[in-house]
Amino acid sequence: MKKTNCDVAVIGAGPAGLAAAISAYENGARDVILIERDKYLGGILQQCIHNGFGIHVLGEDKTGPEYAEHFIQQVEKLPINCLTETMVLDLSENLTIQASSKQGILHIQPKAVVLAMGCRERTRGAIALPGKRPAGIMTAGTAQRFINCEGYLPGKKILILGSGDIGMIMARRLHLEGAQVQAVVEIMDCIGGLSRNLVQCLQDFDIPLYLRHIITDIRGDKRVEGVDFAPLGDEGQPQLDKKISLDCDTLLLSVGLIPENELSKKAGIQLDKITGGPIVDKNFHTSVPGIFAAGNVAQVFDLVDHVSICGMQAGKSAAEYARGELEHFSESLSKVKAGPGVGTVLPQVLSGPADGPLKFYLRARQVTRKALLQLRNSQNEVVFKKKFRTVRPAEMISVTADNLDCSANEYTFELIGEDNG
Amino acid sequence: MDKNKNTYKLLCIVCPEGCEIEATEIDGEFAFEKGICKRGQDYARQEIINPCRFLTTTVRIKGGVQTMLPVRTSEAISKDKLAEAMQQIASIETTAPIKLGEVICSNVANTGIPLVASKTVAAI
Amino acid sequence: MQIYDVAIIGAGAVGTAIARELSKLSIKVVVVDRLNDVGGDASKSNSAIIHTGFDAPPDSLESRMVVNANPLYDKLCCDLDIPFKRTGAVLVAVTETEEAELPSIMAKAHANHVDDLEMLSAKEVLELEPAVTPDVRGGLLVPRESIIDPFLFVVALAENATANGTEFLTGWEVSNLTFNENEYTVESPKGEITAKFVVNAAGLFADKISSFLGIDDFKVHPRRGQFHILDKAAPIGTKRIILPVPTKVSKGKICTPTIHGNWLIGPTAEELDDKTATQSTPEGLSDIVAGVVKLVPGVDARYAITQYAGLRPVRTPGGYHLRTFENLPGFLELSGIRSTGLTSSLAVARYGCEKLFKMGLSNKYKKHFVSKRQAIPCFREADEKARNKLIKQNPLYGKVICRCETVTEAEIVEAIRRKPGATDLDGIKRRVRAGLGRCQGGFCGMRTPQILARELDISIEEVTKKGTGSEILDGTTKSLRA
Repeated sequence: MKKTNCDVAVIGAGPAGLAAAISAYENGARDVILIERDKYLGGILQQCIHNGFGIHVLGEDKTGPEYAEHFIQQVEKLPINCLTETMVLDLSENLTIQASSKQGILHIQPKAVVLAMGCRERTRGAIALPGKRPAGIMTAGTAQRFINCEGYLPGKKILILGSGDIGMIMARRLHLEGAQVQAVVEIMDCIGGLSRNLVQCLQDFDIPLYLRHIITDIRGDKRVEGVDFAPLGDEGQPQLDKKISLDCDTLLLSVGLIPENELSKKAGIQLDKITGGPIVDKNFHTSVPGIFAAGNVAQVFDLVDHVSICGMQAGKSAAEYARGELEHFSESLSKVKAGPGVGTVLPQVLSGPADGPLKFYLRARQVTRKALLQLRNSQNEVVFKKKFRTVRPAEMISVTADNLDCSANEYTFELIGEDNG
Repeated sequence: MDKNKNTYKLLCIVCPEGCEIEATEIDGEFAFEKGICKRGQDYARQEIINPCRFLTTTVRIKGGVQTMLPVRTSEAISKDKLAEAMQQIASIETTAPIKLGEVICSNVANTGIPLVASKTVAAI
Repeated sequence: MQIYDVAIIGAGAVGTAIARELSKLSIKVVVVDRLNDVGGDASKSNSAIIHTGFDAPPDSLESRMVVNANPLYDKLCCDLDIPFKRTGAVLVAVTETEEAELPSIMAKAHANHVDDLEMLSAKEVLELEPAVTPDVRGGLLVPRESIIDPFLFVVALAENATANGTEFLTGWEVSNLTFNENEYTVESPKGEITAKFVVNAAGLFADKISSFLGIDDFKVHPRRGQFHILDKAAPIGTKRIILPVPTKVSKGKICTPTIHGNWLIGPTAEELDDKTATQSTPEGLSDIVAGVVKLVPGVDARYAITQYAGLRPVRTPGGYHLRTFENLPGFLELSGIRSTGLTSSLAVARYGCEKLFKMGLSNKYKKHFVSKRQAIPCFREADEKARNKLIKQNPLYGKVICRCETVTEAEIVEAIRRKPGATDLDGIKRRVRAGLGRCQGGFCGMRTPQILARELDISIEEVTKKGTGSEILDGTTKSLRA
């Protein structure tokens, strides 16, 4: 069995993987292998033809393909070994990668691995959507690929379930192409995506948004003919007497993203039940020494810029680990937990000593006005705080805390609304 | 009562705070509630007078490694022009190779603003 | 015009099983089905269990067919190269009333000549199946209850029958059936065929087919069964089929492992009139979980990756009716074959052949019947050496299309090229599992249609989910603004 040795192997060539590969090389790793299952680099960015990428990282407002090209050009200038149309089948705890390609099964033995597989869309089945099973039901991301990359319309009369960013962006995209977007239906009482998408994708085109509504039936034997949805009562039950029936030929789903961690499980990496991704430290080191996780594989981010920043950090750390200059966090060190009002927090462990500021990414559980974010230590002392006018679950909070004692402490982030105490 | 008084409610999208802005226009002059930042005020004024958007879409491309080319307006164009622009763009077909930033159409919907390629597409 | 010896109406389990049986003979056989693919309605949407018949109505034709069919599966699945597993079932009594029922269930099993059940104490149940509720009071072990992939079963029968000369016409809905001078004319909007013998294996629509010939002494209505499929990674922990104590109304909701490593929970039992009512409902889906959780507390709707609903044919008056008619020589009606039909199909097929022979069908067996069929080589299950060999023979084996189920392009292409092959997305999904994993086609949903279009030499806009009218795309971008 022939094995290819290398310093750093990056799995996935989307925004996180591209940044990680570049950063690993720039930080001294010489043999860097970037593995991508698709024919081209760039991942999901290639189908995200809208703008809004790169404001933080590049200081410019770019489209997805433009943002991807910026990184792809850098990768191509460097001696990074890109294996496209190559699918990783297995990753072991001792970092051996098994991948399949048209040339056969490959074995790669890197000194460090960066996981950058991204995330997948939640499906109809995962939310147990009732009704018939005709053609015309697809995730917003699949529709995006058909429309933007292949040039086909999924239908002409569209209903969208879920107000995630991709869902709202597809509402605008389909409207601009001349399709009739009937409504966006959302189970929660606030939108799932960013405010700018609410304004520029739905409000701009008077696309109706139904908050706190759920689908109660999908009609049509061969192709979708219509969808019924109803408002939720106080108990969370659909109020069928207030049911709305709309005719449509297509139902797009934008009901959440799930970190893609099948490989992480194979490698025995400890996962965080809340983020759905690996537990990581500030270097994006996972519980398995030498395996790092960057981007949406660790936690679903709101902006691709954050994903790239994580990718760069993970790539740098992987290069250092490959040289033997970075230690793995041990079990006994500090943990960071999501407390009241906080949905998710990254990183979940702190590896000491704390040499400087530590960056945290958090998500709020609910829309909170005049919110106070506090970090408490094991002694229940507040060691860091910051005020926000408004926090929303859809928009990530990133904060930097200084001078944290990283030896055997347990930290908890909490979000308090001034209005509700 | 002022003759030319209008009030507007907007959701500010300049920063993640997402403030709800209430603006009052009296004879072309805008007044804002307390606490609305300068950037928010500028955004609101622009949104009320002439809301502009980047248009991002695709055009057909011949002879390339892919059949659709993502394109964008190089600057934001008036929101009212989006439909007209889409109609104009629907009939455009370009030919590979195309470089990122190459002008695909020099004047979108008579705005004077060009449409540019947002991706490099190699020829087959 | 082509004259067939036998025309079989319905390409579900019963129709394809009898087709394979008849393909052993030197005769011309055709199978027609209204759907775009073989696999039927109820035959593909059920609990995927090969029953022993322990709970069948004793002394019935159904009991005889099911009990006789069960032992046939080991050899048949080996010949057809399809997965089959004798997991066994554990029937679990949770309440005192249920516990008191166990001896009578055992007695019924003996009445059905199923003599291998074993009475279990609560402790024994938990030793066999630690994930069963600790409230268990006792149970029964039914050793030969088994699991299968019901769609692959039908496809394999159909492929093997085809290899032996049987023809399949899909998307071919029978609009009339007439008898004139010793032969039958089967009509459909797509054309007509003539046959000396006709087998009605139309399941839910058996009443409609028989009525064309003036037989109107029975009706078939659907009993809907909804199911959840749970993720392979779900912490359910059961190894056998877990059955509740049946009530007078229904067999109850079960929890069974699937042959592919998922779990299946369901079904509901809803009496309906509409033969197209294949929708799942919020009430039905939550009833399933509420029912099954009493047996296996680890079950949770969160683990669901998809749902489906099947329509079991319910005949009134009830019971299996495998009958011929004096005034209709050559016509065989197989009606009343309800949810047990997946199991009984193999015995029904042989019993049906005998009936056809009695009506004069030549029973001359072929000398060169091909009894074996080979499965599409499965990349997912191959070891590394075998994988490399597959890729070397066909580089498309190196191209993984469905990453949840690790299905390669080579397998998809093969599923399309086989006869009868997949002509739509559901056909591919059911043959090689592309799109059946936890992302439910989120990634491969775009690539599979491209492969299908290329292989069938059609445009991607003509690719369907399940036949004409279920196209997945509707025109090109730019067209509405042009």
